[in-house]
Amino acid sequence: MTLAKETLVEMYLRMNHARLFEEKVAWFFSRGMVHGTTHLSVGEEASGVASCMALEEGDLVSLTHRGHSQAVGFGLDINRMMAELLGKETGYCKGKGGSMHIADIESGNLGANGIVGGGFCISAGAALTQQYKKTGKVVLCFAGDGATNEGSFHEALNLASIWKLPVIFFIENNLYAMSTPIEKHMNIQDIADRAKSYGIPGIVVDGNDPLEIYETVAKAAQEVRKGKGPVLIESKTYRWLGHSKSDAQAYRTKEELAEWKLKDPIKRLRNFMIDNKMMTAEEMDKLEEQAKQNIEAAVKFASDSPEPPIESVLEDVYA
Amino acid sequence: MEMKEMTYKDAIKLAMSEEMRKDENIIFIGEDIGLYGGAFGVSVGMFEEFGEERVRDTPISEAVIAGAAAGAAATGLRPICEMMFGDFITIAMDNLVNQAAKMRYMFGGKAKVPMTMRLPFGSGTGAAAQHTQSLEAWLCHVPGLKVVSASTPAEAKGLLKAAIRDDNPVCFIEHKLLYKMKGEVPVDDEYIVPLGVSDVKREGTDVTIVSYGTMLYRVLEAAEAVAKEGISVEVIDPRTLYPMDTATIIESVKKTGRAIVVHEACKTGGLGGEIAAAISESEAFDFLDAPVLRLGGLDTPIPYNRNLEAAAIPTVDKIKDAIYKVMNR
Ligand SMILES: Cc1ncc(C[n+]2csc(CCOP(=O)(O)OP(=O)(O)O)c2C)c(N)n1
Ligand SMILES: [Mg+2]
Repeated sequence: MTLAKETLVEMYLRMNHARLFEEKVAWFFSRGMVHGTTHLSVGEEASGVASCMALEEGDLVSLTHRGHSQAVGFGLDINRMMAELLGKETGYCKGKGGSMHIADIESGNLGANGIVGGGFCISAGAALTQQYKKTGKVVLCFAGDGATNEGSFHEALNLASIWKLPVIFFIENNLYAMSTPIEKHMNIQDIADRAKSYGIPGIVVDGNDPLEIYETVAKAAQEVRKGKGPVLIESKTYRWLGHSKSDAQAYRTKEELAEWKLKDPIKRLRNFMIDNKMMTAEEMDKLEEQAKQNIEAAVKFASDSPEPPIESVLEDVYA
Repeated sequence: MEMKEMTYKDAIKLAMSEEMRKDENIIFIGEDIGLYGGAFGVSVGMFEEFGEERVRDTPISEAVIAGAAAGAAATGLRPICEMMFGDFITIAMDNLVNQAAKMRYMFGGKAKVPMTMRLPFGSGTGAAAQHTQSLEAWLCHVPGLKVVSASTPAEAKGLLKAAIRDDNPVCFIEHKLLYKMKGEVPVDDEYIVPLGVSDVKREGTDVTIVSYGTMLYRVLEAAEAVAKEGISVEVIDPRTLYPMDTATIIESVKKTGRAIVVHEACKTGGLGGEIAAAISESEAFDFLDAPVLRLGGLDTPIPYNRNLEAAAIPTVDKIKDAIYKVMNR
């Protein structure tokens, strides 16, 4: 599969948006400008962005607690994302959700989720809607390695497999569930192997290779769209920062982190595009500069936006 | 009594550690409680002291935490569990409600399920709707479960030790905002606060306010404020939410003739209704000079925005207004 230059340019821009967005968020937290907590996906941008970009218009996604890259990848407006982080009325959830709940059902984003494993079952349900209404759309359900130990993972995969639901379960295996290394929380090497129990395809991809991810998801979506039932994709990657706002990271070594930093997915895409003479280094620099400006604009939009009115606390409990 | 100043969370760790030193059948299980020391750092150092046999990190699987604890408890261990956030009890609920809570009764009294389920509840952290709930009323509604809520570091130690020694499944509620609170804690490793005994946190003669958790401190602040205006408030902390020592509350209301219940949990279906009914059904009814008031959280999920979050639960001002109302001022 050869990807069009425009697609790669857009992918590169979104990956940069994702990283810069999160660097801003980290800065906000360090200055006490936002409260609560946040889970950053720096280093995992290929997983979140390239996978979403392989979808078609109208397909759906369900995001994790570590969902900023996924949301940016799906094409959400970074202005409204930033506003949500600041709890503003113009945010995707009118300031009621924050980092862990960025959602936009209208555009097919079923939301980031504060419940680990919370996305599996609702994704199966959203896929049921697509099947029932014959929309031809698929659901891309994100989850972490740790999440696949929840009962909901197994129940959703089983249901989706027997009903042949159009859903791709996309596992971002970053080798840790909070502080727990994967070898201490499951007895297998590849999460993709779990697909066998449900008689569905299980595929491992290099989670820091945006092109491989794009191709794999695009191909899986094609099959899933034909009604062949769900697919499980395991994207092996690594988070560069702590689990959440407060994390001393005593559970991993500096060497391990340094090794993974060499596999920076953003640099990788940059080099690919330059090496393949799609773009010059100067053009790539310009894209990066544009991404920076877009993020600054998002911060301005968010900062200038109004706080939600206090009365809104009572709104939207029921339809 | 020899005392030592420590935080609420260190008092919890002390209670667990002291009990684990005394009884090797006690194990501690939960997510990231080992080397990491728990999401709120409650168990920092316990892994080093007790080792991985007894301080066990689990996968992210709340159902099996509760269920394995129930099974282990019924067969001779005394597990302490930590839910990383109390909200995740929803995932553990089947094992807690349909297994742990019912075994003894269902089996004709032939089982004992001595397990403790620690639950960090409450809002004020900006963690939004799925990490801030106060679900104690759900738990109190299940026969077979005991439910405890500690408000001070000393009580956290004493009540948790009582919970661990109890032969029933006990849900132990910790309010996240109290973790860093400091207080004098008895060093005696036999210091126990018995379950089922309310505590009068402030004596007064005009109004009885029942409260627990962080709301207790707002109530005490409101009581202090209205004292300057000549209103004397008695504040009662039930400490054990089930089985609750309502006798202490009823006695107090007979003296004051007015009662308010304040909790952070949503008002509808909250314990406020239960406590108000217990007062109305008792001999205190004849002493009432005003309707019993309930002050609870709004019937909404907890929102993320700081101001909205603050507006979702009772404030000192709202508590003062309730006091004026029952005092007809
Ligand atoms: C049901 C539930 N249990 C526990 C948590 C607390 N928690 C949040 S993220 C996390 C680790 C998740 O690990 P993984 O699924 O691998 O995703 P990652 O954070 O590595 O992206 C935990 C334990 C939660 N939010 N929900
Ligand atoms: Mg992980």
